[in-house]
Amino acid sequence: MFGLNKKDGSLLLLVVALVVFAPFLLNPFPESSGWAQFNAGYPDLMQRFVIFGIFAIGFNILFGLTGYLSFGHAAFLGVGSYAAMWMFKLFGMNVLPALALSVVTSGIFAILIGYVSLRRSGIYFSILTLAFAMMSYSLAYSVLATDMDGPDKQGLLQKGLTGGETGLQLTQSDPRIFGAQTTADGNIPVPSLFGLEMRSATELNVGDWVFTFSAGYYFSAVIMLLAFYLSIRIFRSPFGMVLRSIKSNQQRLNYTGMNPRPYMLAAFVISGMYAGLAGGLMAAMDPLAGPERMFWTASGEVVLMTILGGVGTLIGPVLGAGAIKYMENIISKINSDILHSWFAFLPDGLEDIVVTMIYPFIGKGWHLTLGIIFMLVVIFLPGGLVQGGQKLAAMVRRKKTDDTKTATTEPAE
Amino acid sequence: MGILEVKDVNKRFGGLQALGDVNLSVAENTVHAIIGPNGAGKSTLLNCLVGKLIPDTGSVMFDGQSVLGRTPFEINQMGISRVFQTPEIFGDLTVMENMLIPCFARRDGSFALHGIRSVTSEAELRDQAEQMLEDVNMLDKRNMHSASMSRGDKRRLEMAMCLVQNPKLLLLDEPTAGMARADTNNTIDLLKEIKETRDITIAIIEHDMHVVFSLAERITVLAQGTPLVEDSPENIKGHPKVKEAYLGEAA
Ligand SMILES: Nc1ncnc2c1ncn2[C@@H]1O[C@H](COP(=O)(O)OP(=O)(O)OP(=O)(O)O)[C@@H](O)[C@H]1O
Ligand SMILES: [Mg+2]
Repeated sequence: MFGLNKKDGSLLLLVVALVVFAPFLLNPFPESSGWAQFNAGYPDLMQRFVIFGIFAIGFNILFGLTGYLSFGHAAFLGVGSYAAMWMFKLFGMNVLPALALSVVTSGIFAILIGYVSLRRSGIYFSILTLAFAMMSYSLAYSVLATDMDGPDKQGLLQKGLTGGETGLQLTQSDPRIFGAQTTADGNIPVPSLFGLEMRSATELNVGDWVFTFSAGYYFSAVIMLLAFYLSIRIFRSPFGMVLRSIKSNQQRLNYTGMNPRPYMLAAFVISGMYAGLAGGLMAAMDPLAGPERMFWTASGEVVLMTILGGVGTLIGPVLGAGAIKYMENIISKINSDILHSWFAFLPDGLEDIVVTMIYPFIGKGWHLTLGIIFMLVVIFLPGGLVQGGQKLAAMVRRKKTDDTKTATTEPAE
Repeated sequence: MGILEVKDVNKRFGGLQALGDVNLSVAENTVHAIIGPNGAGKSTLLNCLVGKLIPDTGSVMFDGQSVLGRTPFEINQMGISRVFQTPEIFGDLTVMENMLIPCFARRDGSFALHGIRSVTSEAELRDQAEQMLEDVNMLDKRNMHSASMSRGDKRRLEMAMCLVQNPKLLLLDEPTAGMARADTNNTIDLLKEIKETRDITIAIIEHDMHVVFSLAERITVLAQGTPLVEDSPENIKGHPKVKEAYLGEAA
């Protein structure tokens, strides 16, 4: 199917099903129950799942296949966002040309950064990419944010190319030569796909449940599925195999007549373009781009996502991205009042002690929880969540065969 | 003129003269053995041929072209494949995948971006790879993780990876070291067959004299970085200088 073998084909179908039904699957708890805060089926979060999924899928093409650990991929994310914003400002609010520019711009950036960084391997490669990303961050934060159209003018470049600390925003005076500068009611127009606004959504009320179907989510989801499909094709291609052989034994590859350099650069640029696409989508969902998107912590996050999910596996990065974004958004929302309500059944003194013990791990402390989970996964499941899933599946299978064994032997007794 | 012409090659490592004025001519479509005691500089000489080391002085011509200043992958694309003294394979890949990489290198050159086509659809190359695996008696291991194989199997795989490229010159650095007797004999038979059925020149470094005398048409004896004698196997067998080089310290 689609040029995939049976196993990859069913994986793709499974992911399609999960993505299509995500608004239901992620909203299992009724609105009025105390568990409703664990629901993740709202557009903003679901968009983040798939967008960071794209980011991590692309990162995995570089890190998972070649073993080269880039610590500066957030630079491409930021470049993608800025590129999309400029498309919105100059030409119009259609998301497709904006995404195209994001991918092209980040690709060009990746060629430059990759060409230099790939002269080294191992830790030196990581440091070089980190340095480039932090340089991009400073450029976006200050150098490119200076008034570029003269002190007496209030033009487009009033706050430079990037808008500095406050970020790049849309204004009513943006030219938007192929679209309207303002909407009929005098507002700034919003990103749309041929008129379908990304923020538009319909709600479905079923009993105590509310399911939201957002245009922005489904648009991002389709892009993510295409990105996922492309990554499966790359993994199964001769190119993907050469990338794995680079990770395995670069010397042997050299003496086998292949030049590792252009293969590495191609992998780097492809993964940079994935990051740019993710950045462009972020701007399409929420038209704003700030330099913090390029900060080194953002680069570190995608490393965590990939490792948490399973480096070098097809689905791992998506799972990792989902897990981290879920924790970031759900655990960080739990506060001490909620904890108290959960443990209200305990005697007063005990309740206070339990709440005080859990408190550091919730709210702003969600990083602590993430850190612990990350350590546990790396120590006990070096293959990430995917390995965990495989172990679980193997256990279930063993149990099933045990059951059938006892079932068949029982009558004999 | 041989297919490989090494002229006045010198290589020093600090104070150690690893190669001193090495001259070597390997005739096309012959098997040429290079023997000599440990540390004689045999592997160093091969390293100078494939671009791993650059000689301090001298020239290395292959097929009428200089190999000096070229990268290892360019030299391989000229038609030289090498088996290393310690097996160099792609440990994370399966045996079949190990075989496909050299097939790609031979068909596509040093770089080609086939990022969408599936490896499974490469029927022609898979056939070639399977045929070669069959020739080295490893077809049953094709889906094995190559790192988990024995040292002897890794060597055979590496040799198969080189042979499937159909090189003009095959360089073998102790190809049977660490192999069981039966596998050694199989390797000898394989190389004999390859030699008869293909246009191939083989330069082989070997300590196992059984292998050397079964295959070689010409033998160069290297000692302390310098060729002592070069002659036919019959003449080498009883040569006093050779005995001295090998048994000198023991005698
Ligand atoms: N990269 C290097 N740096 C320094 N010295 C080296 C290097 N490579 C080889 N040598 C030295 O050069 C000499 C020749 O080494 P070489 O590996 O060529 O010997 P050899 O004939 O292949 O021996 P063996 O039969 O043990 O494989 C040895 O003394 C070795 O220690
Ligand atoms: Mg040696």
